[in-house]
This record gives sequence, structure tokens and C-alpha cells, in this order.
Amino acid sequence: MRKTIILSALLLATLAIRAATVTVCPGCECNTIGQAITTANAGDEILIKSGLYQEGNILIDKALRLKGEGWPVIDGENETEIFTVIASGVAIEGLVVRNVGTSYLEDRAGIRMRRVKDFTIRNNRLENTFFGIYLEHCTDGLVTDNIIEGEAVHEMSSGNAIHLWYCKRMLVENNQVRGHRDGIYFEFVDDSRVRYNISEDNLRYGLHFMFSNDDDYFQNAFRRNGAGVAVMFSRNIDMWENHFEFNWGRASYGLLLKEIYDAEIRNNVFLENTIGIYVEGSTRIRYQYNEFNHNGWAIKMSGGCLDNEVNANNFLHNTFDLSLNSAPNNNSFDGNYWTDYNGYDLGRDGIGDVPYHPVKLFNYIVNRTPEAMVLLRSLFVDLLNFSEKVSPVLTPANVADNAPSMQKLNFQKIN
Amino acid sequence: MFKILKYSFFDLTRSRWLYIYGAFYFLLTISLLWLGGGLSKAIISLMNIILVLVPLIATMFGVMYYYNSREFAELLLAQPIRRNHIFFGQYLGVACSLAISLLLGVGVPFVLYGIFSSTEIWNFSVLLLVGLFLSFIFSAIAFFIALRNENRIKGFGLAILVWLFFAVIYDGLFLLALSLFSDYPLESFAIGASLFNPIDLSRILILLKLDISALMGYTGAVIQNFMGTLLGMACSLGVLLLWVVLPALGIRWVAARKDF
Amino acid sequence: MIAIENLQKSFGKQKVLKGINLEFKRPGITAILGPNGSGKTTLIKSILGMALPDKGCIRFQGEDISGSWAYRRQIDYLPQIARFPENLAVKELLRMIQDLRGGQPDAERLIGLFALQPYLDSRLAALSGGTRQKVNIVLAMMYDSPVLILDEPTSGLDPVAMLHLKELLRQEKEKGKHILITTHIMSFVEEMADEVVFLLEGRIHFQGGLQELKEKYDATSLERAIARILREGELGFSSNGHGEKAAKLVLKAL
Repeated sequence: MRKTIILSALLLATLAIRAATVTVCPGCECNTIGQAITTANAGDEILIKSGLYQEGNILIDKALRLKGEGWPVIDGENETEIFTVIASGVAIEGLVVRNVGTSYLEDRAGIRMRRVKDFTIRNNRLENTFFGIYLEHCTDGLVTDNIIEGEAVHEMSSGNAIHLWYCKRMLVENNQVRGHRDGIYFEFVDDSRVRYNISEDNLRYGLHFMFSNDDDYFQNAFRRNGAGVAVMFSRNIDMWENHFEFNWGRASYGLLLKEIYDAEIRNNVFLENTIGIYVEGSTRIRYQYNEFNHNGWAIKMSGGCLDNEVNANNFLHNTFDLSLNSAPNNNSFDGNYWTDYNGYDLGRDGIGDVPYHPVKLFNYIVNRTPEAMVLLRSLFVDLLNFSEKVSPVLTPANVADNAPSMQKLNFQKIN
Repeated sequence: MFKILKYSFFDLTRSRWLYIYGAFYFLLTISLLWLGGGLSKAIISLMNIILVLVPLIATMFGVMYYYNSREFAELLLAQPIRRNHIFFGQYLGVACSLAISLLLGVGVPFVLYGIFSSTEIWNFSVLLLVGLFLSFIFSAIAFFIALRNENRIKGFGLAILVWLFFAVIYDGLFLLALSLFSDYPLESFAIGASLFNPIDLSRILILLKLDISALMGYTGAVIQNFMGTLLGMACSLGVLLLWVVLPALGIRWVAARKDF
Repeated sequence: MIAIENLQKSFGKQKVLKGINLEFKRPGITAILGPNGSGKTTLIKSILGMALPDKGCIRFQGEDISGSWAYRRQIDYLPQIARFPENLAVKELLRMIQDLRGGQPDAERLIGLFALQPYLDSRLAALSGGTRQKVNIVLAMMYDSPVLILDEPTSGLDPVAMLHLKELLRQEKEKGKHILITTHIMSFVEEMADEVVFLLEGRIHFQGGLQELKEKYDATSLERAIARILREGELGFSSNGHGEKAAKLVLKAL
């Protein structure tokens, strides 16, 4: 008898120290996640077995670890938000979260974190969730290995796949997001990092920074979005080794920079975008070791861009290499390789002896009269460009690469 | 008419120029494909060349062939053959042999490169179709000019001028008009003006296929909406066809009234 | 067979035919004579439908020829200057005309007659003027059509070929064909022609038999008769002096 009491006491004690596991399954005693959360104590794990759980508005108010086994499906039936987390230290993984209803009044999400820290959202699949993962006022969180797929049709009635608002020190990595308004959205997010993600087929931007500082993103791929990445009103954003591809449409670009300062853009590949990089009023930006391949415009700058340094990039087969419509120019375009360059190198030092002027006359004309674009690639326009090249009249003479490379540049990867 | 076509065609197959023309395209296409890097790039480069060269060569060849085959025509005129048939036969002989040179010169390398298993097949088809149309259009125009001018120098001069007009001058005037009236909405004008020049129309058809319409902003959207649809495509091809038919009717009209 | 009414034709400002009325009714050889530029070739081309009349009409077997082409099946034509597609070989040319025209021509006999066998595979561009003319004659005469129009058939022919041509024409005449010939060789006309049509400045100055012509102008030879016509023309056109010029030209040519 005493033995039993002692044993029970020991057991209780260990239970109190070690996390308990609450198992949820459709046939179990505990067959809803809500019920499991109520039963569980902070620090417990909730093991959700394979099955369909038609639940919404699940509030997680203690530090729990939700773990799916065999891809259980949590279906909000298009009516409600699904998970709302208000406690720090929560982990959610291995779940299929499905069908959050579209709402014009509130930003419902598949998984929402509110004012929490130290959380992990790992290896989930979110399908047709209005907003996928919505993080507000969070710090020190990890969002990784999730696949978030939406069916967005209109910008007005769609949400973002991963939405961060007023966050700090977040890591978003290795996710695949598609079919939303923005793939990944940062507003007032500082000291955070976005890497190894694939963001494609989103209506607006693959990745969107607003008023966010000191962030970086690298080794991501942004494909077929309305625009690849938009960085607006932000400072100190580093962008490297990303792929911006096939962002092709009437107002599309690989990368949009608007009113940003002090950014590094290096070793990225811009392939087949209507505009590779669209820069508006941005200052002190360094573009290095990037490859611009088959874009409509490789770089289009407008409205007061100062101290941009475009050096050592490859400009390959772009319809227009550069468009620049601000008259004063103190930007540098030296040391790049341009496929359209046909100067010579008598000194055999690999650097062309005559400067390259990347702004073409036709480009200038098109800026003034967009309809003139119908004459693209006509013989007349080629002749016009040629004569302008021989004796520049309208195009700015000081926009030039004074040391154009004769050979395509071979970039060493910077890791 | 088909007999005349046949003889004109065989007459032309003995001409060295036709082989040079075909061989030029062949070598050009091969070097663009294997040295230039890929189908899409080759199609764009070829487009630039085809749009300039096909009209020029078709014009020159048409005029040259007409003047060189006047004897043949005179021989035939005394035979019991309709006049129309003689000149249509000769015209079609020139146009077909140019078209076949182009088809083989450009087509064979692309087939060898594996165009059939590529997604570029439609872009390529449009390019080729447009090239064929241009061959027929400009040799018809050339024949019409040559028929109207017994003086060879004048005929050649006029033909070159017509080519120059469509290839360069027209676009210059077009651009001038666009910049003069840039305050007005010009999309419809841009579409209309391109219909009146077969080279422009051809160019836009290819550009639409290559999806450069995205570069054209609002104008591109309007043009895409007009020509990008199946109906628009049919419409554009119809206009190209009209560009063949009109000079052909001209040939008929002049031939019926001409003394030999 | 062929009736021409008030045929008028001008090239630009120059009036070439000024109202020609002609009828070829009887079979036989008719020589169309006249100085250079008198409109002989234009007349022939009008009959063939190659030149289109400004005014007047031409009937072939009673049918107006304007706009029709099938009647040319009944005409064999030898053009003045033998111009062929240069790239073709003689054999191919013959085959081509046969193919275009259909029917059953007899080229073999003519090829033999003019000894053209060695040239059958040569390109036309490589042939001498005389040989080309022989090919020309073969092409024109290999069909057996009721009307034969020869524009300067004798040019460039050697005497042997000339004899063959005359013989050939006699044979064709025997068959009852209408044969129209233009030529500058008066002896050829005197020997061959049954009837003469004399054109001057786009008008007909004489039409009738050879004998009739000589008698009318009281001349012993055709040449003298023609000289008389021209002098008459000179009087008639003395106001513009063309007659004199024409007369001098013809006399030089004769």
C-alpha cells in the first residue's frame, strides 16, 4: 500500500515535470482539437491523428505543441478562422489546415499568432486559407517548411500566404507559397530573414516589404507573380542569390524598389521579367554580380534615384538594358557586361575601349509616347538607335558604362 | 495557269540566286540556333532578318524575274493562253519558289534542332507563316510595278522605293504622327496604322506571340485584345491575305490593258 | 478569215496605226510591206491580241477577238526577234510549247529539215542568231493551223535554210492556209507573195496582187513600184516632210 502511494506520487511528480501527450483522433475519447486543448496543460503535446476535423476558431492560450500524424485535416468549412494563438512557446506542425472563409471585414487566417514569441510553425499544409499564416506583434518565431496554397482570383478578395505585421527577429524559410495576394508580406518587420522559399503565382507580390528595416532575404525563387518582390519605404535590406523569374505582364517586375535606402542587391538572377528591377526614388543601392537575362527592361529608374551603383552585372539579351527618366544622374553603371555592346578592346585588358550607353533613343521615345512601342524591332527604330548611338542628341551622354566588360562576367558565389 | 507556274518554277530552280537565298537562310538559321543559344533567341533574331530581308528579296526577285522573263511572256502571249494566266503563273512561280527557299532554309534547321518537341513551335509557325505571306505580298507588288514600267531602271528604282517605304519610311511617319499627337489616345490609330503596312502587321503578330505585348503597357493590352484573340489573329491574317490579293488584282488589271 | 475595221493604235503621243481596214479572205501568201515604223509589227501584234486597239475591231472568222484567247489556237506566229527563256534547252522549249498548247505538233520533220538535232540539248542562251531563228521557225510552224503569221522570218537565215523555208511556205500554201509575212527582202516577196499590203505611216497605201501593184505604178520591178509609192507619199505628206524621209529610208533599205 505504501509502495503504491509512493509510486503514484513519483508518477505524478514526473508527469508534472515531463510533458504529457494528449492524443486526438476521430474515434478517440478526445475527438476534437478544442477539447484536447482544454484538457491539456501548458507544455503538453497534442498528437493529432489522421482524420478530418471540422473545427474552427481554435484558441491556443497555453504553450502547447500541436503535432499531426498522417496529415490530419482541420477544415474550417469556409466559415471561420482556424487557429488563433495567444500564448508564447507554441509549436504547430504536420497539419493540413483547410478552408478559411473569405471575409471582407476581418483578416481571417489559417494560423494566427498574436503578441507571442518563441514559436515554431513547421511542415504544415495550408489550403484555401484566406490569410495563411498571420503573425502580429510577434518576436523570435520560426516559420518553416510549410506549403501554403490559395486560390486567389482578385486582389481585393484575397489574403497573403505569410503575413507579418509589427514583428521582430523572425525567420521565414523553406516555405512554398502560391496563389495568394502576396506570397510573403512584411509590414513593420525588423531584423528578420527570409530564405530558401519559393513564392509563385501570386496576384500581387511574391515578397513584400513595407516600412521594414534591417532585414535580408536570400536564395529564394519568385516566379510568375504580379511582381516578384516589392521593397517599399524600408532601409538596410539585403537581397542576394534570389531568382526573379517570369514575372511577366503589363505592370510586372522582378523587383520593385520604392523609396528605400542603403540596400545591397547581389548575385541575383532576373530572368524574363517585364521589368527586371523597377526603381523609384531610391538612394544608395548597390547592384552587383546580378544577371539580367531576357527582360523587357533590365533596370528602369524613375524619380530621383541617387547614388545607385550598378557594377559588375551581366546584362544579357534584354529588350532594353536601362531606362532612366530623371535628368540628373550621379549613378554609376561601370564595369558591367552588356550583350548589346559592340565596342572593341585594343588593349586586350578585357575592358572595352569605348563607353557603352545603355539608354537607347527608342527607349526615350517610348517613355514619352508609350504607343510607339508598336514599332519595337522595326528597321526604322534600329536605324534610329544606331544614329543616336553614333551621335547622341536626346539620350543622356553621362549615363554610360565607362569600363564595359568584353566578356560575360563569371561570378563567384558569395556564401 | 498551273502549267505556266510549273515552267516558271522550274525555270527558277535553275537560277543560282534562289539557291544562294535558300542557303543563306539555312546557314543563318543554323548559326543562330547552334551558336546563338536557343530557339527563342533564334526566333527573335530571325524575325528581325526576315522582316527586312524577305520583302527586299521578294521585291528584287519579282522585278528581276519579270524583266528577265519578258521573252517567255511574249512567247506565251501569242499562244492560246489567257493573259491573266500567264502573269499569274509567272508571279506564283516566283512567289512559290521564294517561299520554298525560305521554308527549307529556315525550316530544316529548326526541324533538326527539334522544334516539334518544343513549346516554341507556335512562335516558329507564326514566324514562318508571316515570312511566307511577305514573300507572296512583296513579289506581287514587285510584279505589279514591273508590269507598269517597261523601263527596267525605273521599275527597279520604284520597287526599291516601295520596299524602303514599307520597311523604313512608313514607320518614320508613323512615329512622327504618334509623337505629334501624343496627347490623344492613339491605340486605335496604332492598330489601324499597322494594318496598312504588311511588314508592321507581320512584326506585331510575331511580337504578340513572343509575348512582348507585356512591354507595351496599355497599348499592348489593346493590341493584345484586338489581335491576340483567335478572331483578331484571323483578322490579321485576313488583312495579310488582302495584301496579297490587292496587288494580284493590280497585276490582273494592268495585264489586261497592256500592249506587248 | 481575218477582217480588220478602222484599227487605230497609238503608243503615247505617237500614232502608229491610223485607221486600218483590211480583209484577208482568200488563202495564200500576203506580204505586209512598209518602211520601219510604219506599223507592220503593231498590226500583227493587234491580230494576235498582244497589242490592244484603241479603236476599231478585228474579227477572226467573224468573231471579235477582243478579250478572247482561244482563237489563237488557229494561228501560228513567228515573232520578229527570237526571244526565249534563256535557261531552257531547245528540246525543253519544244516540249513546253507542246505542253502549253496541246495538240499534235510535228516538230521532228522540221528539226530534220533545219538540221537542228545537234542543238536539241543546248541551252537557248548558247545558240547563234541563225540557229535561234531556225528554232523559232520550228516552234512557229510545227503546228498545222490555218493561219500563219511570220514577222521577218528570213532574218539571220543562211541560204540553205532560206530555201527550206521557202519550200515549207509553198507546202503550207498548197494546204490552203492564210499566210501573213513581213519582210524587207523584196526578192522574197516577188518570189513568194500572192498579195501585197503596203503600209506607210500607219495607213494602207496599197492592197492587191503583185502584178496589180507593178501595173498600177507602171514599174518593172517591185522595188521601183515601192519607190513610186513612197514618192507619192512624199507628195501627199509634203507638208510635214515625213514622206520624203520615209522614202529615203526605204530606198536605203532596198
